[in-house]
Amino acid sequence: MNIAKLTRQAVLALLAMPLLSGVATAYELTIPSLDYRTGPYAPNGIPFANGYGDYLHMLNERDGGINGSKINLVACETAYNTKRGVECYENTKGEGESGALVYQPLSTGITYQLIPKSSVDRIPVFSMGYGRTSAANGKVFPWVFNFPATYWDQATVFIRYIGEKEGGMDKLKGKKIALVYHNSAYGKEPIRTLEKAAEQYGFEFLQLPVDHPGQEQKSTWLQVRQERPDWVLMWGWGVMNQVAIKEAASIRYPMDHFIGVWWSGSENDVLPAGDAAHGYLSGAFHQPGGNFPAHDDIRKYVYDKGMGLGERDRIGEVLYNRGLVAAMWTSEAIRKAMEIHKTNKIKGVHVRDGFEALDVDEARLTELGLPGFTIPVKITCENHEGPGKVALQQWDAKAQKWSLVSGFYEPLRDITAPLIAEDSAQYAKENGVVPRICG
Amino acid sequence: MMFFIEVTLSGLMAGVMYSLVALGFVLIFKASGIFNFAQGVMALFAALTLVGLMEKFNFPVWLAIIGTIVVMIALAWLIERVMLRHLVNQEPIILFMATIGLAYVLEGAGDILWGSDVKLLDIGIPQGAWGWLWDQGIYVEKLELFAAGTAAILVIFLAVFFQKTRVGRALRAVADDHQAALSVGISLNTIWVVVWSVSGIVALVAGIMWGSKSGVQFSLSLIALKALPVLILGGFTSVPGAIVGGMIIGVGEKLAEVYFGPMVGGAIENWFAYMLALAFLLFRPQGLFGDKIIERV
Repeated sequence: MNIAKLTRQAVLALLAMPLLSGVATAYELTIPSLDYRTGPYAPNGIPFANGYGDYLHMLNERDGGINGSKINLVACETAYNTKRGVECYENTKGEGESGALVYQPLSTGITYQLIPKSSVDRIPVFSMGYGRTSAANGKVFPWVFNFPATYWDQATVFIRYIGEKEGGMDKLKGKKIALVYHNSAYGKEPIRTLEKAAEQYGFEFLQLPVDHPGQEQKSTWLQVRQERPDWVLMWGWGVMNQVAIKEAASIRYPMDHFIGVWWSGSENDVLPAGDAAHGYLSGAFHQPGGNFPAHDDIRKYVYDKGMGLGERDRIGEVLYNRGLVAAMWTSEAIRKAMEIHKTNKIKGVHVRDGFEALDVDEARLTELGLPGFTIPVKITCENHEGPGKVALQQWDAKAQKWSLVSGFYEPLRDITAPLIAEDSAQYAKENGVVPRICG
Repeated sequence: MMFFIEVTLSGLMAGVMYSLVALGFVLIFKASGIFNFAQGVMALFAALTLVGLMEKFNFPVWLAIIGTIVVMIALAWLIERVMLRHLVNQEPIILFMATIGLAYVLEGAGDILWGSDVKLLDIGIPQGAWGWLWDQGIYVEKLELFAAGTAAILVIFLAVFFQKTRVGRALRAVADDHQAALSVGISLNTIWVVVWSVSGIVALVAGIMWGSKSGVQFSLSLIALKALPVLILGGFTSVPGAIVGGMIIGVGEKLAEVYFGPMVGGAIENWFAYMLALAFLLFRPQGLFGDKIIERV
């Protein structure tokens, strides 16, 4: 039971207290972790937070931190609540000598609130694959990074995938594609892109919002049954995903024509539906599974010492790996910042420079114990969304595992690029932001 | 027309699912005048306990259900001992606030004991579309039909319990007047344990149905929000009101979402249920089946 673990953690915390207070310590790198281990979205927030924290703890234990400076991971519970997320930001931004170096809000709502604050406090926000899509434009959003791809990239990749399955993009004409989405800022993100794609390729676009938390979706799926869309896309989170997959199975909707955003494609989402979820697809930007050398190091340096944040046998789940890859890119940006500024005593403002010079290619991924784990990422001053490539993964209910079933598709940049330019220009105008000159 | 029938049937079935949660509220309110804010969390706690006993202790389903009932009865006893006993004769708002605290305690206890992961609940309840109706072109979920049957049995059981048993009559006496009930020798404390136990068992039934539908997870506690308009409409003191109210809300929200939702951007069913309930309040403040409010000056 979890009581034993809780007791162990409490004892560890008590033992650590004298070390934290009153003793002068070396320069530590403060990384706040805006977790949600409670509330309706906890089942998704927990594995992400575990992957994020375990990777950073592994760096501490294996390498003594980043270039010899220890990481101070400061957890703060948001419960996926925007107000609490902002409170966490305010409470942790001045933590330690370094101050907060970077934020990973893991919520589009919180990200939207932090965008104006980050430029005032000069702390970068790394909203990895979520948040405000037009933050991809680094000239207008110098403090926000949303690589390796945005929701708009992902939406157009889904259209590309559907076009491929239908026999060509020209075959999309006359097709019907539905979007079942979480009725929130997050869920609404892909709508403009899909509307644009519908105009361009001539398919009918049907929007079906689902209110928080999405426990009851009968009317949504009755509409799907009535409208009979050729494909259903889903932008869901938490219980909405599990219910949607079960409802789709109940109305006998073909699972291989049902594609979820990468936040709707974890083990938690498909297991409650049992065999009926077989064949369900979702977006992905990293591999599932826990057999990479970095996972072995986490087991060896973190779990063997009883410091793991989660359960050992859940290392490698999709959302665990999502947290891990976020921590990997974050630590690499910090390393880059140290290299650029030739000091370990960096602040948030320096980490922003590190992000803008980030270049994690396949060779570096291999060095990090993650060969082939994700796509190579190169960030620049103007491009904060990175490569924008997205793959699709599919659930095998019998083997109970996800597998990538496609290569990484390029997004339809002819759709996304003008939208990003338009939306970021609008933001700049509304907020009096003068776009900076890069290069 | 077929689609209209399908939406109506699905609304009725969904309404029964709401009623299962509403019943727990009604029982406690009827017997003690307490609006139990923790009812949704009790459903979650019961479902978590059931899955926990099956997963961690390898209990067979029947034993896990019995074990969970025992836990819910023990919980009722604990609530009476630790919370209610000290709040006799307090204002209803005080008791209501105590149940808010109880909700947090139970949610935290559930998290510590059983973890926050989504848990698969499979006790053999049939799921998926009902084949025969599907062949006729109508989709009805088997799980919801099963829930409707269960609700019917529950209502019969509760009706017999309240009308025909000594304890049931004592419950009604306490509901009518605490002081008078005490004066004729009815033990308020025992009655409270009984009513919270029965409410805990009803919460278990609701937890099983909703947990089978979406997996057992912490959002299950939010189903209480679905029960509120049902209570407003059906009346806080009526068992049949909870059922009929649930059905009206279920059908109303589904028809509104499917037929009017697309005109206003969709996702209207949650607030439409409250609108419907509020509209009823204008004409019958005590709800459809609630006791008529008589104020003497």
